[in-house]
Amino acid sequence: MKILVCISHVPDTNAKIPFKDGKPDLTGISMVIAPYDDFALARAVELRDATGGKLTVINVGLADTEPTIRKALAIGADDAVRVNAQPTDAFFVASQIATVVRAENYDLILTGRESSDFNGGQVHGMLAELLGLPCVVPCMKLDLNGRTAHMYREIEGGKEVVEVQLPLVAGCQEPIAEWKIPNMRGIMSAKTKPLKVVEPATAEARTTVASYQAPPARGNVKMVEASNVGELVRMLKEEAKVI
Amino acid sequence: MNNVLIFVEAENGAAKKSSLEAVVYGAKLAAQTGGQAVAVATADLAAAHAPEVGLYGADRVLHAANVAQPQAAEIAQLVAQAAEQVQAGTVVLAKSIAADLAAAQLGVKLGAAVATNVATLPDLAQGFVIGRAAYTGKALTQVNLAGPRRVLSIKKNAVGLSELPKAGALESFSPSLAANPIQVKEVQKQTGELLLTEADIVVSGGRGLKGPENWGLITKLAKTLHAATGCSKPVSDMDWRPHHEHVGQTGIKVSPNLYVAVGISGAIQHLAGVSSSKTIVVINKDPEAPFFKAADYGVVGDAFEVLPKLTEALEKAM
Repeated sequence: MKILVCISHVPDTNAKIPFKDGKPDLTGISMVIAPYDDFALARAVELRDATGGKLTVINVGLADTEPTIRKALAIGADDAVRVNAQPTDAFFVASQIATVVRAENYDLILTGRESSDFNGGQVHGMLAELLGLPCVVPCMKLDLNGRTAHMYREIEGGKEVVEVQLPLVAGCQEPIAEWKIPNMRGIMSAKTKPLKVVEPATAEARTTVASYQAPPARGNVKMVEASNVGELVRMLKEEAKVI
Repeated sequence: MNNVLIFVEAENGAAKKSSLEAVVYGAKLAAQTGGQAVAVATADLAAAHAPEVGLYGADRVLHAANVAQPQAAEIAQLVAQAAEQVQAGTVVLAKSIAADLAAAQLGVKLGAAVATNVATLPDLAQGFVIGRAAYTGKALTQVNLAGPRRVLSIKKNAVGLSELPKAGALESFSPSLAANPIQVKEVQKQTGELLLTEADIVVSGGRGLKGPENWGLITKLAKTLHAATGCSKPVSDMDWRPHHEHVGQTGIKVSPNLYVAVGISGAIQHLAGVSSSKTIVVINKDPEAPFFKAADYGVVGDAFEVLPKLTEALEKAM
């Protein structure tokens, strides 16, 4: 069983992000594995342990993403690939990962359902389409029975139980597994696990972010006494006009 | 390639409201590009409901009577074939779980630029520049989609609903679809309940409700407001409520007209899922709850006292 987990390197979700000259200013902000990718990685570690397979993580990013990749190795991945390029858009990233997958034939390719920076949720779908593989998203449960994957897929207002033969691509979310925290042994061994750097294949981004701004602030909150909810109803009706 | 193709998802025979918003978006875009707005729907749209699609701006409606309840892969195939047939430069889908995956697959099939969660009509003077949130609601971005083709999934309230009456003539359309390797074995879905992503009003509860046995207070208020119900992450983590009701960074992101948060402190991860709501009401007994800073209206009070009174006042007012 060869498992590949695709991880994004994103700002800590607790961080406030300042914007300068139409761009996010990430100076001094700690960077992490994107939360949904962390769920995918956690389940992949469990499946690798259960099947005795091999777990590789891949990231498309410049050298500054290596501490994040090392963290994934500390959590339990066996080795890592970094495609040495700025992850300019989903199509570019999916194209890079597809190139690596074509040479390696993974059985199971997991990503998070979306990254917490661009929130596009497109890489898994594009990757699957480029490779001609089925794609299940958002995957909340994933068990393997030989080459058959049993999965829960969230739908609006509920979930579906689906079955697919490997190989496949899945975009994961909770509660597929609990996030794993690296232990000391993992952190020490991560330093010597293989991290291969490959140069990007030719692919063009199809989208570009022209500018960023902080969202407009809400006006001051209007407080209503708990004993006077009738006033709240009036304001929702006459002022906000939402009921 | 001035034509715009809109995929219309339907349920119980009628187009979903989110899809009718997508039709409005597509019609407004077609008016800008000087093309036609063509809708494509499956057998899930009953012919009797097709005129509604015209009412919101579709010049024509391609009706694939041979496809029902499509998964993302089928949506991608049928929309790609329709896009070729009508020479659509832009494909518009209403954001949904299946539509977002179909959008990514369509991007590859059509060689198109893709943007999900689109919040504005494009600025064509600058190329094809749309607005969408990034950093999970902490930023607004302007994104340029390089031509010649684009696929957009649009979020609720991007343009809203307004009638733009067009002919909307039904035309039969027969896409050829490959067998789907993903077998759906079982569907567990609550029927008769308003979906979070479709609702104009959402009422969410947090840990302040103290236990799942108290959820009647939330559902009663929601019912009075014709709202969908949501919850915070701790509530779904503790299994008080199912995961598909979890609103926030790692759950559902909503953009209703009115979001009412009860007993939710307002962690940054929860705010990420609700920040694009038009109006936010926060009810919390802790006056220091950070959510008040992100709210339009606030009530400091115990949910167990405030909710029954609020529900009663609303029943009288509505």
